[in-house]
Amino acid sequence: MAEPGNNGKLAPAGARIGVYVCHCGTNISQTVDVAAVAAFAASQPGVVIAREYKYMCSDPGQELIKNDVAEFELNRVVVASCSPLMHEPTFRRACAEAGLNPFLFQMANIREHCSWVHTDKTAATQKAMRLVEAAIRRVVENEPLESRQVPVTAAALVVGGGIAGIEAALEMADAGKKVYLVEKEPSIGGHMAQFDKTFPTLDCAACILTPKMVAVGQHPNIELMTYSQVEAVSGYVGNFKVLVRQRARSVNSELCNGCGLCQEKCPSRVPSEFEAGLGVRKAIYTPFPQAVPRTPVIDRDNCRYFLTGKCQVCKKLCPREAVDFEQQDQLREIEVGAIVVATGYQVFDASRTKQYGYGELDNVLSSLEFERLCHAGGPTGGEILLKNGQKPESVAILHCIGSRDSNYNQHCSRVCCMYSLKFAHLVREKTGARVYELYIDMRAFGKGYEEFYQRLLHEDVIFIRGKAAEVSNVAETEAERGKLIVKCEDTLLGVVRRLPVDMVILSVGLEPQSDAREVARIFSIGCNSAGFFTEKHPKLAPVSTPTDGIFIAGACQGPKDIPDSVAQGGAAAAQALSLIDRGQVVLEPNVSVIDEERCAGCKICISLCPYQAISFDEARRVSRVEEALCKGCGTCAAACPSGAAKQRGFDDRQIMAEIEGALAEVVALT
Amino acid sequence: MSQYAYYPGCSITVNNRAYDTSTRAVCQSLGIDLVELKDWNCCGATAYMAVRELAAFVLSARNLALTEQQGQQEMLTVCNACYMNLNKTNRYMAEEPKLREQIGAALAAGGASYSGSVKVRHLLDVLVNEVGCEAIQARATRKLEGLKVACYYGCQLSRPYPTFDDAEQPSTMDRLLEAVGATAVPYPMKAKCCGGMVMSTSEEVALKLVKGLLQCALDSGADIIATACPLCQVNLEGYQGRVSARFGSKLNIPVVYFTQLVGLALGLTRQQVDLGRELVSADRALAAYV
Repeated sequence: MAEPGNNGKLAPAGARIGVYVCHCGTNISQTVDVAAVAAFAASQPGVVIAREYKYMCSDPGQELIKNDVAEFELNRVVVASCSPLMHEPTFRRACAEAGLNPFLFQMANIREHCSWVHTDKTAATQKAMRLVEAAIRRVVENEPLESRQVPVTAAALVVGGGIAGIEAALEMADAGKKVYLVEKEPSIGGHMAQFDKTFPTLDCAACILTPKMVAVGQHPNIELMTYSQVEAVSGYVGNFKVLVRQRARSVNSELCNGCGLCQEKCPSRVPSEFEAGLGVRKAIYTPFPQAVPRTPVIDRDNCRYFLTGKCQVCKKLCPREAVDFEQQDQLREIEVGAIVVATGYQVFDASRTKQYGYGELDNVLSSLEFERLCHAGGPTGGEILLKNGQKPESVAILHCIGSRDSNYNQHCSRVCCMYSLKFAHLVREKTGARVYELYIDMRAFGKGYEEFYQRLLHEDVIFIRGKAAEVSNVAETEAERGKLIVKCEDTLLGVVRRLPVDMVILSVGLEPQSDAREVARIFSIGCNSAGFFTEKHPKLAPVSTPTDGIFIAGACQGPKDIPDSVAQGGAAAAQALSLIDRGQVVLEPNVSVIDEERCAGCKICISLCPYQAISFDEARRVSRVEEALCKGCGTCAAACPSGAAKQRGFDDRQIMAEIEGALAEVVALT
Repeated sequence: MSQYAYYPGCSITVNNRAYDTSTRAVCQSLGIDLVELKDWNCCGATAYMAVRELAAFVLSARNLALTEQQGQQEMLTVCNACYMNLNKTNRYMAEEPKLREQIGAALAAGGASYSGSVKVRHLLDVLVNEVGCEAIQARATRKLEGLKVACYYGCQLSRPYPTFDDAEQPSTMDRLLEAVGATAVPYPMKAKCCGGMVMSTSEEVALKLVKGLLQCALDSGADIIATACPLCQVNLEGYQGRVSARFGSKLNIPVVYFTQLVGLALGLTRQQVDLGRELVSADRALAAYV
């Protein structure tokens, strides 16, 4: 505890400030001399008590504040610790419990903004002092404010109809809430619908997924919008307005009964996205037989009628007259209280790694293609066949293609080791071929995964520790002629090996969707450097985002297997439900107000307000802020020429005081 | 007219003169102004880097310093080893403050300094990405139609730094020669190692690599191999006799520089692109184009 002093500066009238400098274990104290910062704080005018403490956010830490408020009659509190994102609410609550208005509290971030990003302890300590002085000077100017409460719209939006989104939607719908599920493809199901079996149990993906898809399609509380995308989101926690574009299906879903006749006779053949390009679909199509909904769509870019104006075979054949070439995109605005973003992943494009011959050499497959090759509903009816129709006698499975590779993606995609083991099992079971697994490290971390690996070790699969260097068809010996030759370093034997095989499977990694950054922008959430959405806290808030009311689930947050995606879908649903059931949300009181005495009625603020929160009172000739609509962006306050518009908690005096505190040393030098 | 500081490098001024001659002729024909760097020295290639790394870096850095001093922003080289070493020096100096200091001190002792501003370019990059295949196609007066070429890039052009082409399967030379009418045959070994200097220390290892490259070119149906690297040219051409003797199969295919083929297409004469110095004569393969 440092003794109070006044450093010869004028004490602000009436201010009795307590300053608390946190060690954050050693997160702050190893780079910042915490005791020196506390002593510095104690010397500032108005500071009655300054302390340092190991963990200010802990119960005893908060007790310190509460006791001091009572004992020293504090009327202002500063905590110098971490980013306000996590613990500003904690300390505001502590102040409130001590009887202080929570907005007479100010936080100085000396962790993210200081100790974590610096190494020089002397300079970091100096910077921490500047940040603390800025907070002290500002807190003097802070005024008591009252938070606002607004009601929550009792509906939720789920974006993405893969397994994570399906799980979230069903959980919320079962709890009696209205759920809108938006999916950009013609059917829900996501990547899981493409898989044959799932690791480590080898149960059939369709058998566990399709019942859930059907449940979504039939649920009275779920409004399914497929072939649709979210274009804009406005509003705030509890009260979002979402603009959804429903692309024209060209088929009336009210009339269509999903008989499939239209697809049979359509003359246009297009590589099927669902079959990973291994099969074809028609221009009018449902992606797969179990699709939900069953209503097909017309892919206008490939439809003969849309391209040439002639054909209409589907329309002529449809017994229900459901085909509608005139259908237009629909824009719908929906109102929801919470949003779950579950937009999933895309697989790494194997043709980016030229050394493996993908796209150039026959029988070099990506893992998604192999899933379809194995699938009973796939192009070969589940038979593992080479391009020439023969069964392979040898197959190499190459791990970490596009993952753990500084040329492409640094991250581990988490699922590839396990699905590669699943592939090895399926190849052994269906063809008896010799199987090589070329791995860097075998990552079998999940429940039952290591056991699955052990099982494969006993299925005569040959494991080679080393990443494949290349796949070529340049034979060096007679035995290699006509084969694919996989070259690799066997790091356990310490030799370079050449493996002649019939088929190569590239275990491609998981990447963020190509439009992930655009989606993040629409929902005001963040991405990490790879492009995966950022959670609010990596351990404690894994499905929340820094934007209140918007949650994330599944592989859009990072590579994930099915169990983890389902768990996150459920977790996001629980959080959204808890928000909706609270019924009310507390909003920051930092809205704008317009001082009628000073307002000249110039209306500049009205044209600038992005939320249409300001209207003009014709009788009094002044602008007026509708508090429920104001989001506290501060644009009007910055633009107002007469200083009439002010943002609560961010007025000029407060901001200038903070700047003066930050620059006090510089000012003193000049 | 675009201007570059031309850094020929040691090897093409001694035993690979056709590369130098044809480079200058092609550049002149396309309006690329090459100003030979004055007082240049070895880039520190081959074994130098492995034996005395700092000295090798300083050798490269001195050339970069001279380029700056002589008022040029971009340096052009045609040798893959020079290209790789000069780029490596640039990168290491930018990323390693301690090394930058050491190199700076060595340069200062000789009265020189280098700020890191020079961009090192390979002629292949300049032809394809600055002049452009379409422009060269338009200038080609003698199309190399019917000539089947295996485009051989060597390893140092795109690795470890894939500056202007794919690291594993580069394609710029294929596109350039296709633009002037030749057929670039699929050549999967196009960026594999030729053995480099290993030929002089472990001939057995290098001969095996050369054999693979030649065999693959012949299997691909190529009439001729075009290369972008002087050392590759020497290894692929000069050792065909020993490879044939060692592996018991007759491997015979001419190996020329890509600049010689581009030059012919631009209407330059056999003498202007310095054909005729080959150990494996290219006369028959190129008879229709000279």
